[in-house]
Amino acid sequence: MRKCSLDSMNLVFAEIAKAASLYLPVDGKDGKTAYTKWEDGLTWSNSLNTVRGPKDFFFPQTENLVEFKTSGKNIEIIDTRSASEDFVVFGVRACDVKSFDVLDRVFLKEPTDSYYASRREHGIIIAAACTKPTETCFCQTFGIDAAAPAGDISIWKTETEVFWQSNTEKGAALLTKLDALTEECSTEAVDAQKEKIAATMKKLPLANLNTDAFGAGKTKEYFDAPEWKELSESCLGCGTCTFVCPTCQCYDIKDFNTGKGVIRFRCWDSCMYSDFTKMSAGQPRLTQTERFRQRFMHKLVYFPENNDGMFSCVGCGRCLAKCPISMNIVKVMKTIGGKENA
Amino acid sequence: MHNHQEPLIPKIGVITDVRMDTPDIKTFRVVTPDGKKAFDHRPGQCAMLSVPGVGEAMFSITSSPTNEEYMEFSIKKCGCVTEWLHQAEPGQQITIRGPYGNPFPVDDEFAGKNLLFIAGGVGLAPLRSVINYCRHYRDRYGKIDIVYGSRSKDDLLDYKEIIDEWANDDNVHVHLTIDREQEGWDGHVGFVPNYVKELGFDTDKTAILCGPPIMIKFTLDGLYALGFEKTQIYTTLEMRMKCGIGKCGRCNVGSKYICKDGPVFRFDELDELPDEY
Amino acid sequence: MQKITRDQLIEKAASLLANGTVSCVLGWQKGEFDYDITPAVFDTEDELKANFVWNDFCGANFSKYLVSKTKKCEGKILVFLKACDTYSFNQLLTEHRFDREKVYAVGIPCEGMADIAKVKAIAGDGISSIDCSGEKMAVTTIYEDAPVMIDAKDVLAERCVNCKSKKHVAYDELMGEDGDVIDSARFDEVAKIEAMTPDERFAFWQNELSRCIRCNACRDICPACTCEKCVFDNPNSSVENKSPANSFEEKMFHIIRAFHVAGRCTDCGECSRVCPQHIPLHLLNRKFIKDIDSFYGDYQAGAEVGSRAPLVNYTTDDLEPGEVFERGDN
Repeated sequence: MRKCSLDSMNLVFAEIAKAASLYLPVDGKDGKTAYTKWEDGLTWSNSLNTVRGPKDFFFPQTENLVEFKTSGKNIEIIDTRSASEDFVVFGVRACDVKSFDVLDRVFLKEPTDSYYASRREHGIIIAAACTKPTETCFCQTFGIDAAAPAGDISIWKTETEVFWQSNTEKGAALLTKLDALTEECSTEAVDAQKEKIAATMKKLPLANLNTDAFGAGKTKEYFDAPEWKELSESCLGCGTCTFVCPTCQCYDIKDFNTGKGVIRFRCWDSCMYSDFTKMSAGQPRLTQTERFRQRFMHKLVYFPENNDGMFSCVGCGRCLAKCPISMNIVKVMKTIGGKENA
Repeated sequence: MHNHQEPLIPKIGVITDVRMDTPDIKTFRVVTPDGKKAFDHRPGQCAMLSVPGVGEAMFSITSSPTNEEYMEFSIKKCGCVTEWLHQAEPGQQITIRGPYGNPFPVDDEFAGKNLLFIAGGVGLAPLRSVINYCRHYRDRYGKIDIVYGSRSKDDLLDYKEIIDEWANDDNVHVHLTIDREQEGWDGHVGFVPNYVKELGFDTDKTAILCGPPIMIKFTLDGLYALGFEKTQIYTTLEMRMKCGIGKCGRCNVGSKYICKDGPVFRFDELDELPDEY
Repeated sequence: MQKITRDQLIEKAASLLANGTVSCVLGWQKGEFDYDITPAVFDTEDELKANFVWNDFCGANFSKYLVSKTKKCEGKILVFLKACDTYSFNQLLTEHRFDREKVYAVGIPCEGMADIAKVKAIAGDGISSIDCSGEKMAVTTIYEDAPVMIDAKDVLAERCVNCKSKKHVAYDELMGEDGDVIDSARFDEVAKIEAMTPDERFAFWQNELSRCIRCNACRDICPACTCEKCVFDNPNSSVENKSPANSFEEKMFHIIRAFHVAGRCTDCGECSRVCPQHIPLHLLNRKFIKDIDSFYGDYQAGAEVGSRAPLVNYTTDDLEPGEVFERGDN
């Protein structure tokens, strides 16, 4: 384990940014935190997490897939993919780090999505332990340790210092570059912080939320539950929950005519939207209740069924904070899964 | 620049022939620019066709894999992409990628069985691939019955092929029906589910269904009444699709993605899925 | 602290259910914490007693829900309306969006609603409870033993700081005393933006709207957005777009939307309340309101049912296009 003083972080950022683009949580003018490309003087936010998750780094909201040029009856296909450049995402919380595993399950499964894979190969994740989790946090429900985040490098921040530990080869290589700015140290301070975080986690209001009632094989049990109607009663059918969610990864593919050619791009889509499954021939999910059910069944039953029990929720709490009508996965778990679930 | 194959980037396909099958269904013959088949497929699999600037859509490959020269797609005019395709002329390039989905189990579960194909309207399109595959390897299968119905005589897909080829095969029995009486039609009149009941098939068969949901529902009831088991009946499903590879997230029924885990299902498998298709 | 209590509202609702005036109640349902409240339909007194809440976090404007709920609910539906909500209520009636006969509206006084972000800015993260029943709001967190005492006026939502009216403009019955239309400072923020140079103004909105994730929450919550099919969702409209692919599209959605609700927007502020990216969307609409006021005389959408909005009402005194053009030039 290595450490550096908190005061020296600007130098550390400068060193990292020499070789790769560096992104970190920065407080904006509106007081809200967002991942921002580092430039000299930008400081690491003290806030718990960014308003928008980090999924854009690997799965941007829109990206071009391929271009076409047409002339007469002929089409030319232009592969516009370019190799990603190395980049570093600093200060990612444990929940969001876990969300990359969830996304990997989809995009890296054969046939691999080359756009995502390329960014994953070139991205380095520096994950930060959460010293001050908030009431909407429930990462522990999904077995995530806020005190020991995964990622290529894990860091712990105290009042005066930052502690560093590499977890992967990529991380070790980067940490070596910071040798001059960091020094070897014992794990004492980090161990103490881990204990403190563990105690805090127990005090969180959602500390007892568990997934016992969910997972593979529960489709029949919950699909026709009468509670879906009541839960979705006030759902606006907007895409907020899906877009702030670090694990939601549904996408649409669309063509855009530039006048000179056609760009085929993909963009985030939401199962909450009424046109998500609409075909010329019919619509399997006619009401918002069915769309709402799809989102939560996917996260709590279908995804684990297809992915060795892994849930596609990491307990980051963004949907709890952002849903315009305050309906969210926690309320769904407690209602559908029964009271003993809480 | 990129080492990875990208499944979402299509190939160019050339429409070499357009056949007007019914007033709203045309069959398109597609090859690559150098005149070859775009890829190999199995009966029941699908391909993504697109018209750049208009959109991309999934279609079942209606030609048999045993056709080594080209692929065919029977496409009903019902949306943006299909409307555009219906105006296309031979020589028009489109894009194609695939094959997608699981095929009908023609070489295992179907082998040695008597087969009963039941189709309504454009529902014959995915079954034609299977029927012609089975006709090609005729000695691998038992008796073949084909029940096919449409609104009118003019709405019967592949009518010429059915009459000139299928009906003339040994041990292939074609049963056509149309919804209402029509001049020049001396065949059966009535809906497919009723016709199936009237024909009263023995249960020594594997049934393969494709058609509008209402036809499937009533035909199933009829087959169950005749004593068929769910494990003897197959169908192929349709959902809105974008990626074709189980990632974009919209074609699922329960935990199954129709593009990847389907579109072919046996009815006992469908029983395991929620009723949302 | 609200002047009217939860118990008074439940009592009112229960009696209206009991005497058959209404068959269901549109109200605020308690959440996981003390501030995450969900609009809900209550059918019985027991349900009300178990889950109905009324506190400083009941900001949701129910008027738009009446469009769908009046179609679903058999009999009349009871809706509690804060003064600001009654303007949306009237505007929707003006546009014939729901059947007035199917609604029993109870006007309730409102002392202003709290913005949880402002509460957190003072009390910090890890809120375990918020008690709004006393003179001051008591916020307990998992990190401090003693609750943080907050003056409710320090955490008022922006739209409540600039409350335009405590007067209910629609109701079947009023609980408590009615208030007055307020001469608020709500146009001050608009004036600040007007004072910018065109370049500064462009940069301001570019920065704000660049954060848009096109979740459609602003549109879907907006009581003025009740189109059956939004033009931005319609693949045949040629402007359909699902994501802000470039800076033009980022702005287009919001500008078109602002134009579409101009003259109909009551300034209820729901758009800014629900925006997950904290874009001050209400300022776009307020700019229109301010301009309409100055071009055509003061006009408040929803103040009365059936009023002809200036933008759809031709008079010979109307502003000439040239005057508007000159104005836009500076």
